Amino acid sequence: MRKYVIRRVFFLFMVIWTAASINFILPHLTGRDPVKEMMGQRIASQGLKQEDAMILINQYHSMLGLDKPLVQQYFTYIGNCLRLNFGYSIPNYPRTVMNMIISRGRLSLPFLAVAIFIAFVGGVLLGAFMGWNKCPHWLNNLLVPPMLAFASVPQFLVALILIYFVAFRWRLAPMGGAFPRTMVEDWSSVKFLLGYAKHAVLPILTVVLVEASGWALSMRAMMVTVEGEDYATFAEARGLKSGRIFFRYLVRNALLPSLTGLALRLGFIITGAAVAENYFNYNGIGQTLGAAIGNFDYFLLYGIVIIMVMSIALATFVMDLIYPLLDPRITYRAQRG
Amino acid sequence: MKGFWDYVKRNPSFGIGLMILIGLLLFSGAGRLFVDKKLAYEQTASLNVPPGKAHPFGTDSLGRDLLAIMIYGTGMTLQIGAIAGGIGLGVGIVLGFVAGYYGGLFDTIVTSVIDVYMTVPSFLVLILIATTFSHVTLGVTEMGLIVAFVSWAGSARSIRAQVLTMRERPFVMMAKLSGMGSFEIVMKELVPNLLPFLVMSLSQAVYGGIMSSLGLEALGIGSRRQPTMGMTLFYVNYYSAFLLGLWWWILEPVAVIALTLTSLVLISMGLDEIANPRRRRKV
Repeated sequence: MRKYVIRRVFFLFMVIWTAASINFILPHLTGRDPVKEMMGQRIASQGLKQEDAMILINQYHSMLGLDKPLVQQYFTYIGNCLRLNFGYSIPNYPRTVMNMIISRGRLSLPFLAVAIFIAFVGGVLLGAFMGWNKCPHWLNNLLVPPMLAFASVPQFLVALILIYFVAFRWRLAPMGGAFPRTMVEDWSSVKFLLGYAKHAVLPILTVVLVEASGWALSMRAMMVTVEGEDYATFAEARGLKSGRIFFRYLVRNALLPSLTGLALRLGFIITGAAVAENYFNYNGIGQTLGAAIGNFDYFLLYGIVIIMVMSIALATFVMDLIYPLLDPRITYRAQRG
Repeated sequence: MKGFWDYVKRNPSFGIGLMILIGLLLFSGAGRLFVDKKLAYEQTASLNVPPGKAHPFGTDSLGRDLLAIMIYGTGMTLQIGAIAGGIGLGVGIVLGFVAGYYGGLFDTIVTSVIDVYMTVPSFLVLILIATTFSHVTLGVTEMGLIVAFVSWAGSARSIRAQVLTMRERPFVMMAKLSGMGSFEIVMKELVPNLLPFLVMSLSQAVYGGIMSSLGLEALGIGSRRQPTMGMTLFYVNYYSAFLLGLWWWILEPVAVIALTLTSLVLISMGLDEIANPRRRRKV
């Protein structure tokens, strides 16, 4: 067990270090000074104060330590990353990148967590039922084709369809935003929470339609395999109640690959939802990322990417730690190898 | 040939996927003969015209004919996927075969790099790469090349796993005993046996490439002038087409993209039986 945890911790750091290094190397490859270029434009077009621009340019240079040797630049940069110091957002100066990430991430995190939970539990249960030999045939024939389509497309595609039909045509949900425009963000008021929940319905539905379909399909395939195993036949021969066979014998065994799948898929779900946010005009972390790309807000862009990589790697790490508790064979293998 | 039809009959998803893909290619290929490419660019038609006689698919808020966009855009999006998938599979084949067949230190390095690489969300890496090269005009080819940066890891991993299982098979032993060299064994024994698997990997890599390029374009990264499918949807959002009720501008690219992606998934699903013989149905 200990060896397994140590290896996972090492792996976690490798992932974050790789991402941070890519972040560092890429701007150096082009050999341009994007911030200076952009500041020039901003001073000319938007009346940004010269002093502010100088502070930002200096901030950028000291952060990457552009006047120092490359190796030292690199270590300064990695140190800043670990301290979550990403500098200022250029168009929103004097707000720091971390401050922006927290205030926008706060809006994305609850809906994402709820959506992933519903999608996983719902998808797995539905798929398990569809793969069960007691499931009526027509249900499979009815559900499999649309599920295949949903599971193959990116989230923002489903988002577009939902916005057009549910929000625009049928007026069943708000068109966009993370909460009603008339409200201020106040997480202690019930009215705000209700408004937030109402606006989160379509984004949640998007994640659920895409991800639950994928999990249902793989769970369904896995169930068919598990049903062919000897212990399943034996359970049936013992005359156990079908509910018990279903949950304790079939679902429990078929679930394991899906859990590994969840850990691998997490990055896709979160980045997919980030793109979809731009279509929902949902001012969470994804739309902030979109905006940062739109106006070349380098600090914010790199800050968000690093934070997203870190959180995805952390979540994967936590799941990797839970996994051996569910499947004892994993620790066994790790101890031997 | 008869074997092919028998296979399609047993695996309808392969046949359906192939049919949709061929249909899309025909649509894009034959359409070029009738529709001028200029119409897929700005200011060549009146704005926001619903589907009708002059414009069977309608026009968008940039003054482009949507039929032309669908014809040329489908081709472009498939081209991005083909470039990214082709390069990704090529690199994956080299790494997968060398790591899987020869093993040793190289294998350890390749597998650990792949493991780390696959945990870093590739889409975020792509955003970084694409914004770094934003001063270069990102045409269709450039987009494909950028997406290829991340599409090799998945195929390298699965090909390596396949090679590992193949390496121990009796026919490889036989070849070794008969004095074949390693390279000869890889080319004459392993590659032909893995061919269906490689085709499946190709269709998965093309699928992944298209997904990545769509995500990037949906965020406005890429050539904003080119009528690719992703850019079309970027403009749908940019001009808030759903607020204006321009359903044709929304539903047509959505349908084309859904068909393209679903066909690729169906093809790789359908090839699963031939590619993973363990899963072959019991007769």
